[in-house]
Amino acid sequence: MSPELINLIIQATGESLYMVGIAALLGTAFGLPLGVFLATSRKDELFSAPAVNRVLGIVVNATRSTPFIILVVAIIPFTRLIAGTSIGSTAAIVPLVIASTPFIARLVEAAIREVDGGLIETASSFGASPIQIVLKVLIPEALPGLVLALTLAVVSLLGYSAMVGAVGGGGLGDLGIRYGYQRFMPEMMLAVVVVLIALVQLVQSAGDYLARRLNRRLRHR
Amino acid sequence: MNAHQSLAIGQPLETLEAISPAAVEADAMVRFAGISKTYPAYRGKPGVNALQDIDFAIPRGSITGVIGRSGAGKSSLVRLINGLEKPTTGHVIVDNREISALAGRELRLAQRSIGMIFQHFNLLSSRTAADNIALPLEIAGWTKADIKTRVAELLALVGIADKHDRYPSELSGGQKQRVGIARALATRPSVLLSDEATSALDPQTTRAILDLLANINRELGVTIVLITHEMSVVRQLAKDVVVLDAGHVVESGHVADIFTHPRHPITQSFLAEAIGDSLPVSLQSRIVAEPPVGGQAVIRVQVRGAGAGDTLVARLAREFGLDVALLSARIDEIGGQHVGSLVLGIPLGIPGGEGAVTRTLAWLSQYQFSAERLGYVA
Repeated sequence: MSPELINLIIQATGESLYMVGIAALLGTAFGLPLGVFLATSRKDELFSAPAVNRVLGIVVNATRSTPFIILVVAIIPFTRLIAGTSIGSTAAIVPLVIASTPFIARLVEAAIREVDGGLIETASSFGASPIQIVLKVLIPEALPGLVLALTLAVVSLLGYSAMVGAVGGGGLGDLGIRYGYQRFMPEMMLAVVVVLIALVQLVQSAGDYLARRLNRRLRHR
Repeated sequence: MNAHQSLAIGQPLETLEAISPAAVEADAMVRFAGISKTYPAYRGKPGVNALQDIDFAIPRGSITGVIGRSGAGKSSLVRLINGLEKPTTGHVIVDNREISALAGRELRLAQRSIGMIFQHFNLLSSRTAADNIALPLEIAGWTKADIKTRVAELLALVGIADKHDRYPSELSGGQKQRVGIARALATRPSVLLSDEATSALDPQTTRAILDLLANINRELGVTIVLITHEMSVVRQLAKDVVVLDAGHVVESGHVADIFTHPRHPITQSFLAEAIGDSLPVSLQSRIVAEPPVGGQAVIRVQVRGAGAGDTLVARLAREFGLDVALLSARIDEIGGQHVGSLVLGIPLGIPGGEGAVTRTLAWLSQYQFSAERLGYVA
């Protein structure tokens, strides 16, 4: 493979990491509180607001059931409003965040719901405020689950990021389609796939390791 | 229904105090006045009247047991004390403050003076023993230095100073409950609520935890409320007891009084469980309804009170010149009072043997022993 092609791969890897990294950060920033709220706002729960819970649940489901490639083009006006442009890696981050936020929220909700309800009652019984319960009980107790959830989200984002080539987002997926498929360069396709596999392995192993480390002190019965 | 029960239910506070010496103390730590608690119907499930006509007081510095079957309303009662739930009607007063009228920040401040321990310990698995104990102090806004000193004190108090850095998963059940107790005491509460705190522990560990609670009551003067379905817990630790059944207080008073003279069937069943009122199987199977020639009449004598029954067999033998057989006996001590039963065999062999049985029963009732004829054995 020529140095030019190798440079293309390095550049595309950089773009993918940029998009996925920022999207994961923002997706977590929005998805974590949303997930915590979803997990604590049913009737008689910590932030009991059943109506809001139901509406948010519907919005989350709707976003998650929209195919990502349709979401990308459907929100182009919104993307332009936020990023100032609708093409390029930075613009691609907008649909990635919009797609990953409800996904992360659902994973966070599931992880938070795993925490023993008795602990909420315990903390309430010694006068903890709802915010203190979230910060000192729910999130620390759910941490191993949250780490695994975020790992899963990053891996999914890598997959989504392959589709933003449609709006000139660049990245590995785009490179694979344009060079590997449209220009008949199977070695390029192979290289892209190998890099993606390596990235996914790396992310998953790191996530597993971290979750295990957090978990080991918790449960080695 | 009996006289005591009908008095206890639906009467104003003054009436109840007249029959419950425990409640007479003017300075009650916890007082329930006209409490009822109803959970409304929700999503097809019918509403539940969890508590009704609850009027009683828990004396300051006491150890009071609240005993009842599951579903009797114990959990609702304890959650009213620490303000996790509001009564549908009535007032809950804890340490001269009406906790049922507080909300928000005021309630959270009041809750710091009410500690609670749980059946399943409810420790945070992500925190060490020391950090679990520190949690209520962090919530109360203590400084790091103060927390450190206090946590060390508490670990020593509950006897696990060496478990400072252990995670709950590395501790035994008894050790976990010690952490739970230390955590409950962290903010120096005036009341400690124990919600079935020993129900998940083996008998030996249960005893150790109950001893620890007794020490804490003695040394710190903390009022302890024991919620339990186990008679043995009340017997070992409590001086006063409240018996709950189907949301009502059916009996309340000193443990010794209530359990030496249980009036309500539910109290009697708790007592029967504790002292084991059933006959040994080998004896039960030999009992017949008709008196066999040369056999014995089987009578059961209830033993209630200090020293009661100590010399009963000897006195009977002396009084009537009978070879009284002791077929089975169970005597236990509850609140310093003897509680149990003796199963005696009165020989019928001599002519007029049945007369001896009648005379024995008359003699027993003369001395205020309650006795019954169970049948005969050969």
